[in-house]
Amino acid sequence: MGDREEVKLLGVWYSPYAIRPKIALRLKSVDYDYVEEDLFGSKSELLLKSNPVHKKVPVLLHNNKPIVESLNIVEYIDETWNSSGPSILPSHPHDRALARFWSDFVDNKWFPALRVAAITKSEDAKAKAMEEVEEGLLQLEDAFVSISKGKPFFGGEAIGFMDICFGSLVVLLKAREKFKAEKLLDESNTPSLCKWADRFLSDETVKNVVPEIDKVVEFLQELEVRAQSAASRS
Amino acid sequence: MNQEEQVKLMGLWGSPFSKRVEMALKLKGIPYEYIEEDVYGNKSPMLLKYNPVHKKVPVLIHNGRSIAESLVIVEYIEDTWKTSHTILPQDPYERAMARFWAKYVDDKVMLAVRKACWGPESEREKEVKEAYECLKCLEKELGDKLFFGGETIGFVDIAADFIGYWLGIFQEASGVTIMTAEEFPKLQRWSEDFVGNDFIKEVLPPKEKLVAVLKAMFGSVTSN
Repeated sequence: MGDREEVKLLGVWYSPYAIRPKIALRLKSVDYDYVEEDLFGSKSELLLKSNPVHKKVPVLLHNNKPIVESLNIVEYIDETWNSSGPSILPSHPHDRALARFWSDFVDNKWFPALRVAAITKSEDAKAKAMEEVEEGLLQLEDAFVSISKGKPFFGGEAIGFMDICFGSLVVLLKAREKFKAEKLLDESNTPSLCKWADRFLSDETVKNVVPEIDKVVEFLQELEVRAQSAASRS
Repeated sequence: MNQEEQVKLMGLWGSPFSKRVEMALKLKGIPYEYIEEDVYGNKSPMLLKYNPVHKKVPVLIHNGRSIAESLVIVEYIEDTWKTSHTILPQDPYERAMARFWAKYVDDKVMLAVRKACWGPESEREKEVKEAYECLKCLEKELGDKLFFGGETIGFVDIAADFIGYWLGIFQEASGVTIMTAEEFPKLQRWSEDFVGNDFIKEVLPPKEKLVAVLKAMFGSVTSN
């Protein structure tokens, strides 16, 4: 690769999904330009052109070729810069399958339940969703213990695919805990996950790319105000 | 080959998700033992043991370990058995594109079609339009390629198996039309080539049986 590589990442500071490629790029020591999108205002031409199907962030542009969907981008980074840094996906096929399975669980089962719990006006729906969130955390605790085998991360000695997937949501989780004075990651229920979360957030590749918890709390507060004033207007 | 090395697949005869795995195994020439699961009736202790998180099929068991979620299983098959038929391209960008479109089929197309065929009458028109738009997107992506995977059946083709075979049957059973040959000539041609492939047609569930089961299911929906 003789020519200078052009790597650009389109994201928004508060999105857990946009954090994922940032961590992956740092793990691989890849330099990139970051473009903050204004999703509450108007989406940039570049975003609309690069992700015409979903018009969402994050988008990675590598030598002008767009790659979208956060976990897809992470795999792309792992495969493209495969001789640099640790392997993000494990090498053994079964371990790879486990990483994909659990990240699918987080993104398609666990996090949607958390979103429902956060948004729904119905007390019943909220209680049911929270039950799913708590059960999910217990399942993730078991998964962590079984997969890490005593090592610090899901990925072993270094941060891997599942750490990036679930870890990117931890700041949001902690911000929500602060905002709503509700404990989600509990030392008594999920002791290993609690320790893992602290290790993850203080890791060199993570601590400078995740937003500050207090800033996210402010953002969640603002979102709630916007939602309430929109509801009262309608 | 010892007991553990043998591949076992727990599946459901009519499920496109289950069939994705069978298609991948057939294309790669991997022998396997098929175990039919009564998912809607009584879930077996074996299913609860090997997929405690979702309690669903398909589940692949290999070397004493289980893998669940159809596309995760297909990637596992690709990673484990390096045969002449490759399911994913070699180039990282092409792989990312394949994963994107497979996810698009799963997250958008299948959901939209399900809502259009099964949803309430009041939402029908809106949901059919949504499903139509999603399929148009796929039609455009297919373009003039033989398969989504290029010259041979690949990851996206396998993910889109529902469109290749089940969609027509769903339309027949529900009376809802979303995809026609006139509006979707490329997808139509692709689905004929797809179901005509020797390995694929070997695993497809019998049409009459599927229509009967679906008509019974839709019958109970539309009688509400």
